[in-house]
Amino acid sequence: MNPVINSNIAVSVRNISKHFGGGKELVKALDGVSIDISDNEFFTLLGPSGCGKTTLLRLIAGFELSTVGEIFLYDEEIENLPPHKRSINTVFQHYALFPHMTVEENVGFGLRMLNRDPTEIKRRSMETLELVKMDQFANRKPVQLSGGQQQRIALARALAPEPKVLLLDEPLSALDLKLRQAMRMELKNLQRETGITFIFVTHDQEEALTMSDRIAVMSAGKIQQVGGPMDIYERPINRFVADFIGDSNFLQAKIESVLDNQANCLLSDNFSICTSLVGTHPTGSTVTLAIRPEKIKLNDESTLRGDIQETVYLGTDTNYIIKLNDSTTITVRDQNGVTGDARYSKGQSVGLHIPDSSVRMLAD
Amino acid sequence: MAKKKIYKIGDYPGLTGWTVFFFAYLYMPMIVLVVYSFNESRRAQIWKGFSLDWYVKAFSNDDIQSAALNSLIVAVIATVFATVISTLAALALARGRQFRGQAAVTGLISLPLVVPEIATAVATLSFFAVIGFKLGLVSIIIAHTVFCIPFAFLPIRARLQGMDDAYEQAASDLYANDWQTFRYVTLPLMMPGVVAGAMLAFIISIDDFIITLMVSGAGSTTLPLYIYGMIRQGITPEVNVISTVMLVLSIIFITVYWFVSKKAEETG
Ligand SMILES: Nc1ncnc2c1ncn2[C@@H]1O[C@H](COP(=O)(O)OP(=O)(O)OP(=O)(O)O)[C@@H](O)[C@H]1O
Ligand SMILES: [Mg+2]
Repeated sequence: MNPVINSNIAVSVRNISKHFGGGKELVKALDGVSIDISDNEFFTLLGPSGCGKTTLLRLIAGFELSTVGEIFLYDEEIENLPPHKRSINTVFQHYALFPHMTVEENVGFGLRMLNRDPTEIKRRSMETLELVKMDQFANRKPVQLSGGQQQRIALARALAPEPKVLLLDEPLSALDLKLRQAMRMELKNLQRETGITFIFVTHDQEEALTMSDRIAVMSAGKIQQVGGPMDIYERPINRFVADFIGDSNFLQAKIESVLDNQANCLLSDNFSICTSLVGTHPTGSTVTLAIRPEKIKLNDESTLRGDIQETVYLGTDTNYIIKLNDSTTITVRDQNGVTGDARYSKGQSVGLHIPDSSVRMLAD
Repeated sequence: MAKKKIYKIGDYPGLTGWTVFFFAYLYMPMIVLVVYSFNESRRAQIWKGFSLDWYVKAFSNDDIQSAALNSLIVAVIATVFATVISTLAALALARGRQFRGQAAVTGLISLPLVVPEIATAVATLSFFAVIGFKLGLVSIIIAHTVFCIPFAFLPIRARLQGMDDAYEQAASDLYANDWQTFRYVTLPLMMPGVVAGAMLAFIISIDDFIITLMVSGAGSTTLPLYIYGMIRQGITPEVNVISTVMLVLSIIFITVYWFVSKKAEETG
């Protein structure tokens, strides 16, 4: 038994692995995953398709048993509890609203199963429907609702029993872009108002960055990095994260010298960059630096020079694909002038300024 | 611009004629049967005028009444058993743990559909003889339950297979235990399939002849057996009446079955 109650941690996933199949067809859907999700947190699992996000969610909900590892809900081990004994509710990707029940019956279902008083069920169902602005649809059947409306009902149904944790598996993926953007804000507000811990799954990085308190970036069944949106975007620890979140240039550089954990690295044209040393790279070794395209400034005074190979018009910005003198290519994103014109054109030779603070050394 | 003619199968000459002929061939005997059930004449083949006398006679005939009652008892009990067993089998196959030979089991349940009925009939009779089971209403009910199972099973299984198990997961996620999940979600959702299966089983049972003939004993005459016995003494309007009643019953059942399965498609 663990006598220390650390109620700040809502869900603690400890060294979880989940394997499907066996022999040659063994799939390691999750491979040694550990995360602590805090109370009242909007936590997002972000990763490409097939990286194990849904599997992790299903393990937390109880639909699947782990191969190894433990899951705790407020310091109570829940691995051996069936889904109906866990104070966790799920918003399913395709909503799974009961088609034979009205909206109100759907929303009240959890409370009915918990044997609550009928008047309380009624009150709480209507209250939750009001919260998602769907109270006027209480007597409709799910088939009579649009996708966005069904999504709200699914949300209300999962919120009505006031679970300790709410799991959301790509709940916005079936909605169109405008609705998706509006729902992001609403979901975030809903999380703040209810104070329920949200674990949100998405493969959309913009969704993750705009809504989350913290994000876990996953790939191939492993957690790559956990951190706030800004951490993840500004300080990706490895190539996968830097590449998956936003756009990144990856440049090979040689470490010239190290002082106070600050490495002086040389790029093409002996352009030097000073950045924090990450990992255990010795002096003289070649490392990878990640640089966001929008952080590089085109500046004719710079010693780092290259030729514009291609320009890609993006509306507010233009992407320049530039070939450096050591023949590596780099993408620079530059804001267009007030008239909307690109400032440079194909074939032009330009200088590039890379601020020290914009560079991130990768551990791998 | 020359318009290109697209040939459809319906455009072939003579198709309409053949269709009419086909339907006439199919339904004329039944129409004749129904019309002659209202015949006043004692001899079934000669039309003497409209009358409901034979209906009155048929319905007040004690033998017909008891045969009809037997048929109804057998059909109702066999339908209930066959439907319950099929429902459980379909649930086990669709929602239980996966096991080796699952496809084989499914095939075995449906196999009796294609086995010649006479073979089943003889086999059932031999079986009862070997275990020394007394032939009568009970033996008929057992035999009917057995051959109704595949008919009840098919629509139930089809319904269950088309049902996303996310609903059941959602229920258990919302604090429903296994029984509540079944009671409030699985059963209502699979109900159209269960109703369809039961109706099919009922129709199959109520007009079965060959197997019933083999396994019936004294005092367990069902309606089809009774009709057969009557026909051997010549076709009377009374036979037409009973047949008409059974025909109408079947049509009602098939119609309801059709509506139920249509509704199932819409909600599924
Ligand atoms: N029941 C299962 N049997 C076998 N393999 C499975 C099963 N469920 C998931 N997998 C495999 O586990 C891996 C992770 O699947 P998972 O559904 O968790 O991915 P995901 O991150 O949710 O992807 P997506 O974004 O496409 O939903 C995949 O390779 C998948 O094929
Ligand atoms: Mg998924």
